[in-house]
Amino acid sequence: MFRDRKNIVQLIFILTGAVFIVRLFFIQVLDSRYKFEAQNNVMRRIIEYPYRGLIYDRKGKILVFNTPVFDLMVVPKEVQIKDTATFCKRFGITKEEFVKKIKEAREYSTVKPTAFLKQLSIADFAKVQDFLIDYPGFYPQARTIRSYPHKSLANALGYIGEISKKQLEKQENKYYLQGDYIGISGLEANYEELLRGQRGVKYMMVNVRGVEKGSFRDGIYDTISVPGENLYTSIDLELQQYGEKLMENKIGSVVAIEPGTGEILAFVSSPSYDPNILAGRHFSENYRKLEKDSLKPLFNRPLMAMYPPGSIFKIVQALVGQQMGILTPHTTFACNRSWGPNCHNHPSPQNLLGSIQWSCNPYYYMAFRNMIQQGKNDNKFKDSRIGYIQWRDLIMSYGFGQKLGVDLPNMKAGYIPSPEFYDKWYGYNGWKHSTIRSLDIGQGEVMIVPIQMANMAATIANQGFYYAPHFIKHIGKNNEVPEQYKEKHYAKVDKKYYPVIIDAMEMVVSGGTASIFNRIDGMKVCGKTGTVENPHGKDHSVYITFAPKEDPKIAIAVFVENAGFGAMTAAPIARLMMEKYLNDTITKPHIEKYILEKDFIHRNKTALKK
Amino acid sequence: MRQDDNLSKSIDWLTVGFYAFFVVAGWLNVFAAVYDAEAHQNIFDFSLNSGKQLVWIGTSAVLIILILVIDYKFYNTFAYIMYGFMILLLIATIFLGTEAKGSRSWFEIGSLRIQPAEFAKFITALALATYLGKINIKFEKLQTKLVCALIIGLPAICILLQNETGSVLVFSAFILVLYREGLSPIILILGFVGVILFILALIFPPNVIAQVIVGLGILALIYVITSRKKSTKVRTLVIRSCFVLVGCIVCIATAFSVDFFVNKVLQDHQRKRILVLVNPDIDPLGAGYNVTQSKIAIGSGEFLGKGFLEGTQTKFDFVPEQSTDFIFCTIGEEHGWLGSTILIVMYVLFMMRLVYLAERQKDKFARIYGYSVACIIFFHFMVNIGMTIGIFPVIGIPLPFFSYGGSSLWSFTILLFIFLKLDAHRRQLLSH
Repeated sequence: MFRDRKNIVQLIFILTGAVFIVRLFFIQVLDSRYKFEAQNNVMRRIIEYPYRGLIYDRKGKILVFNTPVFDLMVVPKEVQIKDTATFCKRFGITKEEFVKKIKEAREYSTVKPTAFLKQLSIADFAKVQDFLIDYPGFYPQARTIRSYPHKSLANALGYIGEISKKQLEKQENKYYLQGDYIGISGLEANYEELLRGQRGVKYMMVNVRGVEKGSFRDGIYDTISVPGENLYTSIDLELQQYGEKLMENKIGSVVAIEPGTGEILAFVSSPSYDPNILAGRHFSENYRKLEKDSLKPLFNRPLMAMYPPGSIFKIVQALVGQQMGILTPHTTFACNRSWGPNCHNHPSPQNLLGSIQWSCNPYYYMAFRNMIQQGKNDNKFKDSRIGYIQWRDLIMSYGFGQKLGVDLPNMKAGYIPSPEFYDKWYGYNGWKHSTIRSLDIGQGEVMIVPIQMANMAATIANQGFYYAPHFIKHIGKNNEVPEQYKEKHYAKVDKKYYPVIIDAMEMVVSGGTASIFNRIDGMKVCGKTGTVENPHGKDHSVYITFAPKEDPKIAIAVFVENAGFGAMTAAPIARLMMEKYLNDTITKPHIEKYILEKDFIHRNKTALKK
Repeated sequence: MRQDDNLSKSIDWLTVGFYAFFVVAGWLNVFAAVYDAEAHQNIFDFSLNSGKQLVWIGTSAVLIILILVIDYKFYNTFAYIMYGFMILLLIATIFLGTEAKGSRSWFEIGSLRIQPAEFAKFITALALATYLGKINIKFEKLQTKLVCALIIGLPAICILLQNETGSVLVFSAFILVLYREGLSPIILILGFVGVILFILALIFPPNVIAQVIVGLGILALIYVITSRKKSTKVRTLVIRSCFVLVGCIVCIATAFSVDFFVNKVLQDHQRKRILVLVNPDIDPLGAGYNVTQSKIAIGSGEFLGKGFLEGTQTKFDFVPEQSTDFIFCTIGEEHGWLGSTILIVMYVLFMMRLVYLAERQKDKFARIYGYSVACIIFFHFMVNIGMTIGIFPVIGIPLPFFSYGGSSLWSFTILLFIFLKLDAHRRQLLSH
C-alpha cells in the first residue's frame, strides 16, 4: 500500500539537495560580490599618519612644530553610558551635542570608529583620561596639530585644516581621504606634498567588534609611513618679529629681500593674527571671527593688496626713460607746476639725479610725455600707442603686472594696463599721453603689490636683475634651493643706466625727501619715498630702500595705508628694520618709539578665543 | 554473546558510517568556527566548543551502546509511557524552565542543561509509530487521523508555549511520514501552493495577487466551458465551474489573510524575519543581518574554499551562532562550493538510505519510525541550510549531527540509533 510513495519522498529529498547546490553555485561561484563584502567586513585600514615636516627660519630657529593632541574616538556599537548627564559634564559638552555626535557617528558606522571630540590638548585629555575606563566604546587616538612658538609670520606660513569636499573630489591621485589634514594656505599649502610626507597603511583583520586579529595576508599590502621633510626658510625670525612689532596698529606690509639671492628675509602683513588660533579645535570658530574682522587679518597684504605705487615708480620711470633714450643724467626739466602736477618745494630746475632726490613731479610729467609721444608718428594718438607699448614692455620686465613666482599661493599680479584696456575705455586711438598721464608718478590705473615693490628695490640693488623672491632655502635632505630660484631675471634696462639712479637714491636718504629719519651712520643707504594719493581717505605711505649701497644685503619695501607722507612712516620703519638686520642695534631709539606710538587703526581688538 | 555477534552483523554499517562522517566533520568545523590563530588553540581544549563537543560525542557513544543493548521490544512497549512522561516534562518546562532569549525551553539540573523539546522528537515518532503500527488501525478512518494529529499536536503545542517556534515547525515533518502512510497528496499540494502564495503575498500587495487570480480564474472558466464535450452534462459543468470559483476565492482569501497576518498579527521582529526573506536589505543591520552575513561568509568561499581554519567571516563572529545554527557557513567559507556540495550530497544519500531501510521493514511500527527519522532529519537539513543561503526564514534549528550542542547531538543520536536497532532486528520484529 502506497509503496511507490517512497519515490516521491526520495524525490523531494533529491530536489531539495539539488536546489541547494544550484543556489550555492550562484552565491559562491558566479557572484563575486560576496568575496569583496567579506574582505570589507574583515579588513580594517589603519592609517599611520606621518609626522609633518617642521619649518625653520634662516638661523635654524623653529617656526612651526607639531604638538600631540588626542581625538576621542567612539565605536557606537560598544557604547554603554549609564548616566548621560554625568558623561556630558565630565567631557564638557551639552546633552544636545552629545546626542548629535552619537547620531552622526552611528550614521557613519556602528562598528567603525568616528572622532567624537577632536583635538583635545594634552591638558584637556588628562582631565578626562581617568573617566574613559567607565565608558566602553570610547578610546583616545593621538595625532598632531601645528604649533607656532613665536606667533609670527601667520600669513606666510598659512594653516592646515581638514580637506574640503571639493578638494577631495578634485585631487588627481586620490591620496587624501576624508578627514585628512592638508595645507590650506601659505607655505603649508605650497610645500604640502613635501611637508606632509607619505602616509602609511596597515591592513589588519578585525572581528565583528573591531578587535584586531592579526595582519591581513601577512602584511603584503602594508606600506610604511614616511615622515614629512623639514622646510628651511629664508625668514629671519628676529627681523620678522621686529617688523611685526613696528607695524602694530598699522595696516600694510613690509617685505625684505636679500637682493643677491631673492630670499625673503621678512614678510609682514598687518594686522595679522596668532597662527596658533587656527591650529586647534577652535579653528572654525576663530576662522569665522578672523573672516568677519573688518581689518582683514587673513588678507595676505604683501602678496595680494594692490596699490598704485606712487613716487617710488619714478625710479623705474627714470631707468626706462634712459633705456628709451628719452632721459640722460643731464636731462633737465623745470619744476613747472603749471603743467598740472603739484610738487614739493625744492630747487629748480633739476637733472635726473635731482628729480629723484626731490621727487619732482613735473619732471616726470615731461619725461613720461616724451616717452609716450616720441614723434614717431604724426598722429598723436598713434604715436602714443607706439610709445606706450614700448614703455609697458620695459616696465613689465621689472616683474610688474605678473606673478613673480613666489613660493606662496594666491599672489596677485598687480596691473600695468594694456593698450587694449585703454582702447576699451577711450576707443582705438582714442587716447594719448595726456589721457594716461597720471601713470608718470605711479598713480592712476597702475597697480602693484608690496612684494613687487621689494623686488623692484632688489632689482635696482642688483643693477638690473632679480631672483624670484622666495621663502625656501632648502627642504629635506636636498641642500639646494630649487632650480627656479637660481635663475636671474633681467629687466630690459641696461646696467649702465643704474649708477646714476642708485646715486640719486642715496641722495634721497642723505639729503633728500627721506633724510629726516633715515640716515644710518657709517653706511650708504639708498631709498625712495612715495605718497600714494588715496581718493578714499588719507594718503598711503610707501618707501623702498636697500643697503649697503656698494654691496646690498637687504632690500625693503614698506607700505602703510593711510599713513600720509612716505618719509614720515614707511621710511622710518624700513630704516629701523635695516639697521636691525645689518647692525643688530638700534642707534636711534627715539625713532623706534616714534613709530611704535603711531596708530592708524583706532580700534579695540576683538578678543579671540585661544 | 551470540546476540552481540548478531548485532554487529545485522546493524547497517553504511548508516553508521554516514553518522560517523557527520559527527567528525561537524566536530572539525565547530573547531574551525571559533578558531583563533593567535591563541594557539587545541581542538581538544575543553574550554573551547570543540572540546565540549568531543564530550558530547563521547557521551553519545555511551548512549549508542545503551540503545543497542536495550531490548528492541522496549521502544514499542514503552512508547506511550515515554510519551506521557515527555508531555509532563514539557509542561513542567513551560513553568520551571530557565529563560533564555525569550524562550523557556531549558531545564537546568546542576551544571547539566537539557532541552526537553529536542527529545520530544524521537518520543513523538515512537508514539506515532506505535499507534499506527497496530494491526487493526486503518489510516483511512477519520478517527485515526485525528488521533495522529493529537499525538503530533500535543507536544507541538507544549513547545509552542515555551516560545520555541523553530522546534515546533519540526513537527510538520510528520506530514511527510503520514503521506507515505496514505495521507492524501492534496495536503502536500495545498501546502506547496500555500507556501508559494505566501511568498507571493510578501512580495506583491494582495490586491495585485487578487487581480491576477481573477484573471487566471476567468481563463480557467473559459477553458472549462469551451473544452466540454457534447457528452458532458450541464451538472458536471456547473460543478467544475464552482470548483474553479471556490479555488479562486480561497486563493484570494489566503493572499489577504497572509497580508493581514504579517502586518497586523505578527510582532515586529517576527514580521521582519519573514520580510527579510524576500529582501534582506530591508533591515541590513537587524533581522537581515544574519542572512546577509551568512551569505557573505558562504559566498566568499568561492569554488574551492579558503581552506580549513583559513576562514575569516565565521571565526571573527561576523556570522552569529556560527557553531550552532549557522555551522554550514564554515563549510561554505572554508571548503567552498565543492565542499558544500559534497556535504549536501552526503546528507541526501544518507536520507535516501534511511528511506530504503524504512521500506525494507516488514513491521509497520519500524517502517513508520524509520520514515519519521528520515523526515525529521530532512526537515532540519532543509530549513537549516536553506536559511543560511537565504531561501528560508531564519529559524533557529540545528544541522543534524553537525551543529555544536549536547542536547541536539544526543537527541539525533538516539533518534537514529533506535531505528538502527529496530532495523537490526527486523526479522525478529516480523515474527512478532
